[in-house]
Amino acid sequence: MSKVISILLTSFVSMVIVVLMVVSTTSQAQQVDTNAQLEQRLSHLASELRCLVCQNQTLADSNAQLALDLKKELREKLAAGVTDQQAIDFMVQRYGDFVLYKPRLQPTTWLLWFGPFILLLGGLALLLFKIRRQEDVPEALAVVAEVAPDRVAPDRVAPDRVAP
Amino acid sequence: MNRFLIPLAVFVLLIVLLGIGLHLNPHEVPSPLINKAAPNFQLSQLQAPDKFIAPHDLKGQVWLLNVWASWCESCRLEHGLLMDLSNQHLVAIVGLNYRDSRLNGINALRELGNPYQVSGFDADGRVGIDFGVYGVPETFVIDKAGVIRYKQIGVLTPETIAEKLIPLIRELNRV
Repeated sequence: MSKVISILLTSFVSMVIVVLMVVSTTSQAQQVDTNAQLEQRLSHLASELRCLVCQNQTLADSNAQLALDLKKELREKLAAGVTDQQAIDFMVQRYGDFVLYKPRLQPTTWLLWFGPFILLLGGLALLLFKIRRQEDVPEALAVVAEVAPDRVAPDRVAPDRVAP
Repeated sequence: MNRFLIPLAVFVLLIVLLGIGLHLNPHEVPSPLINKAAPNFQLSQLQAPDKFIAPHDLKGQVWLLNVWASWCESCRLEHGLLMDLSNQHLVAIVGLNYRDSRLNGINALRELGNPYQVSGFDADGRVGIDFGVYGVPETFVIDKAGVIRYKQIGVLTPETIAEKLIPLIRELNRV
């Protein structure tokens, strides 16, 4: 009887040990994973934010003291469970929309976002207008041709309109 | 005639816009903090580490927050102007000693004179970040209610003090 108990006890203890080992390794793996994820999120964020000291660099590229401070601040915020959007808002509240490399869609940026398309449409409209007007030209020439056929180059006039 | 008028008008417009663009200073990023409450902080005083300074200590008066550091060369350019301003007793001038060492900060004030009623010691630049500081010196005008009314990025000049700061401070003092 005592042998059965001891076998049961040993197997229970070994099971507990195995479970503990598995749990500890997975939690360690998770820890490493979240750290890597955090760094990835940070570098993604930092590449979308402008360094204010050296204005044509991203926060990620810059080694200015302020950029380092801000990266540190953002890292701490992300580690504390802040979302990417909240981290971006944190920056915008302090430094303004200028820190965003990808400007937000808002009334002050409508011209920026839609301006090129408006210009494109304008250009297309102008082109269409010009083409239409040129299509009208042969008829005008035809009228001239009826009056004075010799003053119009024959190849520029529609053949069915040349001879009366 | 008309054929040339439109391209000419477009050209002139472009030149005007480019001309305006040339005269803008890209380093002056408009602060989103204007007309917002000054961020709260509590900092150890530069010259008295066991005492603190917080914005609510200055509630009810107009004050300047001048961000400075002993390593900041251009801060020395405006230092004399701040001394003059402080002698006029028009406004409380509070310093934010940004990313400095206590010793260097104290020595700089000893050498150049101290225009500040008190300086907060922001060693790691945290308070600077809350104020959106990105270039030292910077100067904030804060009204009696603790709202930021003006931000000067870069060195103060006699002109900006006479034409912007003093009229604004007088106006805010009246309210």
